[in-house]
Amino acid sequence: MPFVPHATRTVRVSRVMFKVLLALVPAFGVYCWLWGAGVLVQLLLAVFTALLAEAAMLRLRGRPLAPSLGDGSALLTAALLALAMPPLGVWWLIVLATLFAIVPGKQLYGGLGHNPFNPAMVGFAAMIVSFPSQMGQWGSPLSPLSTAEQIRWIFLRTPPAGSFDALSSATPLDALKTGLLGGGEVSRLVASPLYGHFGGAGSEWLGLAVLAGGLWLWRQRIISLRAPLGLLCGLLALALPLWLVMPERFASPGFHVLTGATLLGAFFIVTDPVTGPTTPRGQWLFGFLVGALTYLIRVFGGYPDGLAFAVLIFNIAVPLIDTLTRPPAFGQAKGARR
Amino acid sequence: MRTLYDFHGGIHPPENKLPSTTSPIATLPLAPLLHVSMAQHTGNPARPCVAPGDRVERGTLIGRPDGTLSAAVHAPASGTVVSVGPVVQAHPSGLCELTVTLETDGQDRRAAPTPLTDWASRSEDEVRAFLASMGVVGQGGGVFPSHLKLNARALETLVVNGAECEPYITCDDRLMRERAGRIVEGALIAGTLTGAREIVVGIEDNKPEALAAMQAAARGTRMEVVAIPTKYPSGGAKQLIRILTGKKIPHGVRSTAMGVQCFNVGTLYSLAQAVLEGEPVVSRIVTLTGSVARPLNADVPLGTPVDWLMQAVGRSADSDGVLMGGPMMGSRLPALEAGIVKATNCLIATSPALFPPPPLSMPCIRCGDCANACPAELQPMDLYWFARARQFDKARAWQLFDCIECGACNSVCPSAIPLVDYYRFAKSEIWAEEREKQAADRARARHEQRLARIEHEKALKAERLAQKSAAAKAVAEAVATSTTDPGKPPASVPVDSAKKAAIEAAMARAAARKAEAAQTQSGVSPEASANPLPPATPVTAMDPAKKAAIEAAMARAAARKAEAAQTQSGVSAEASANPAPPVTAMDPAKKAAIEAAMARAAARRAATEQKESR
Repeated sequence: MPFVPHATRTVRVSRVMFKVLLALVPAFGVYCWLWGAGVLVQLLLAVFTALLAEAAMLRLRGRPLAPSLGDGSALLTAALLALAMPPLGVWWLIVLATLFAIVPGKQLYGGLGHNPFNPAMVGFAAMIVSFPSQMGQWGSPLSPLSTAEQIRWIFLRTPPAGSFDALSSATPLDALKTGLLGGGEVSRLVASPLYGHFGGAGSEWLGLAVLAGGLWLWRQRIISLRAPLGLLCGLLALALPLWLVMPERFASPGFHVLTGATLLGAFFIVTDPVTGPTTPRGQWLFGFLVGALTYLIRVFGGYPDGLAFAVLIFNIAVPLIDTLTRPPAFGQAKGARR
Repeated sequence: MRTLYDFHGGIHPPENKLPSTTSPIATLPLAPLLHVSMAQHTGNPARPCVAPGDRVERGTLIGRPDGTLSAAVHAPASGTVVSVGPVVQAHPSGLCELTVTLETDGQDRRAAPTPLTDWASRSEDEVRAFLASMGVVGQGGGVFPSHLKLNARALETLVVNGAECEPYITCDDRLMRERAGRIVEGALIAGTLTGAREIVVGIEDNKPEALAAMQAAARGTRMEVVAIPTKYPSGGAKQLIRILTGKKIPHGVRSTAMGVQCFNVGTLYSLAQAVLEGEPVVSRIVTLTGSVARPLNADVPLGTPVDWLMQAVGRSADSDGVLMGGPMMGSRLPALEAGIVKATNCLIATSPALFPPPPLSMPCIRCGDCANACPAELQPMDLYWFARARQFDKARAWQLFDCIECGACNSVCPSAIPLVDYYRFAKSEIWAEEREKQAADRARARHEQRLARIEHEKALKAERLAQKSAAAKAVAEAVATSTTDPGKPPASVPVDSAKKAAIEAAMARAAARKAEAAQTQSGVSPEASANPLPPATPVTAMDPAKKAAIEAAMARAAARKAEAAQTQSGVSAEASANPAPPVTAMDPAKKAAIEAAMARAAARRAATEQKESR
């Protein structure tokens, strides 16, 4: 019997996880509309791999299966990966990413609540380091490929006649970077059909869908807006002045916000409670640092997008951030800590 | 209109207050046996001053306060003293305490009341001594002797706590509705004694009737009645002070240092009853609720057994236990035959339907909901982590001891982790560590003194021997000289030294005897153990041997006492007899035993929880 008995709790870990999954539904809707059913194939692959890997690891660790499989955390990792990985990537790419996320990224650290790194980002980063060319083949949105053609492409890598671009064109960020390195100017580069109004073609809609889900989570009090706003601030703090000074060398802040993984990272990655800071000031700081580093890697680094690396790098700084930003206890003067 | 301040965190648990507030305060049939504990207050238990067979009346003094941090205990009903001895307490530890058991006679004879109606013209010391002799202690749960809280001067604000924020509990609500006048009188007395500039009553706005009654009673006085937003734990003293005055009293600082003192309405009622009517504290309002047929509030004589009360209100058949206090901070009573005490504000009969077993704990996902709920503005998830990893220094640095154990974090945790159990475990581990350290320090000091004494004795002996041989030689020489030269007077120096040696030997013997006597004497004197040990360094002029002997005797006495307390409470020999950090003057051995028992329970709970969560 507990010392302190209680009224029953209303919120449970699994409910938190399933609410986050629910918030991803609009994003999946838009993603499917843009890239077709291949996205769902990726999602199914990720989910099956995640559940199997989680179950196997729990068995090996001698832990009960039901509570951990039922908490929804593995499903969430799988869903985030399905959104982050190339929609028409080869099947083993997402399987490997998910395995990497669940086995070393989460279970080897002790399972839910004990992993210092965001599992989805671990899986994603492992793949982009190991298989850069496969990870770079993003394909173009609104392609004329049928579902069957997409599935054949994902599993067998047999391309349908003629439409190689639709299958393997680079991401807008990648293309922009290459173009700029080749001496091109932003205004001419973004005139290509890869780009839409702000970011990549259609990616602004995906970004808005992610934003809608994130704001719903905020209204549900599952996440706070501190880390997301911090991330956007960090990104804009660099993107805005550079764009104002040299608009032909640097893409607009709107482009950076609506392209790549920015909004997904802001609302679904840096808000991960396990691997993020818990103090209010720490959440601002963490978001800001991730946003700034993401921009630096994107623009000056060797990879087209830098969110995964930025998140992983500052994940390891979270204990320090938490310690440095610990708020004073009741009645304690600010900064005065015993 | 008064500016109200908010405090960080807090929760809104289901209130469950209605069932017990519908009927007026009841009087239940008198129990045939009353177990009146001598330890009903913070500090030293009262010393019983009655013996089995004595006849007592309601209000007869049966326990005298033992020291300043203590309060008197009176007979709650007329009858005969059956026994004076250890009886199980209404406490989560289930330990025994010195208790006077009365057999009631049902005649309700009352001792002559001794009011202090001219309190205003008496000195403050007199009034405070009077309150101690009437057994007035804080009835909000802390049971701190009220006379000690009244020695504040020139207070800015006297805060009266009528918030009653915990679910189920309604005793203050009913008391304010029905006896508001007396509460106001008590508040005015306390306000005068403390020189308070203003008197403010805070009542949660979920008690409109109590608010109205208090407002009516306070009309025309300088007392202000304020409705505060309902939010648990607004009734915590620090939280209420924050709400009403905006001041945040940090941990380790007395509220009086910041010009505020806080009293519970029940305390002020009993204070007024004592001063104006001469009624000592022999009963209190108790909420009897939960899984019972007739939830109500009753004016219950102290010492009434819990099971008697539960029977009186019809505890249901499926009830699996009784909580004392509310569902947030209260604790399950291991023994229902225990008598209620001045701290018993509420008894809740639990049942699996009302309090289902907690769901399986999941790992902490650091969601931070607990930090959002923590009224002490701590980082509960970090404290949990440190407690679990036994990183007690870290836990301390993260202000573990600021935790008021309100349980808000527990009730919002999506992983259903019993966080407060972890904090209690960590606290008691830290206390135990401190006690061990103090014991080790004392043992080292004792050892060093023993070595010094042995050294000293050796030196003395050597000196004595040297003198003896010198004296013998001198005498022999003197004899030789006198025989060889009778005309010459005997040499004065050798004779003198022989005499001196003899005197010294006699003195040493006397000292040894004295030390021995002191040893046997202090071995039986119980005060010896209560005294703090003298400083370790043997620099005083006192004979070190004697001092060492006394100290050894004292240590033995303390050990004996601790042993006795331990066997009494059935605690293993691991707890030591040394006082915990001197928070109170409570018998250290007993406190250690209670803490050890509670720590074990918390550790057990934490261990099972940990096992489950793996």
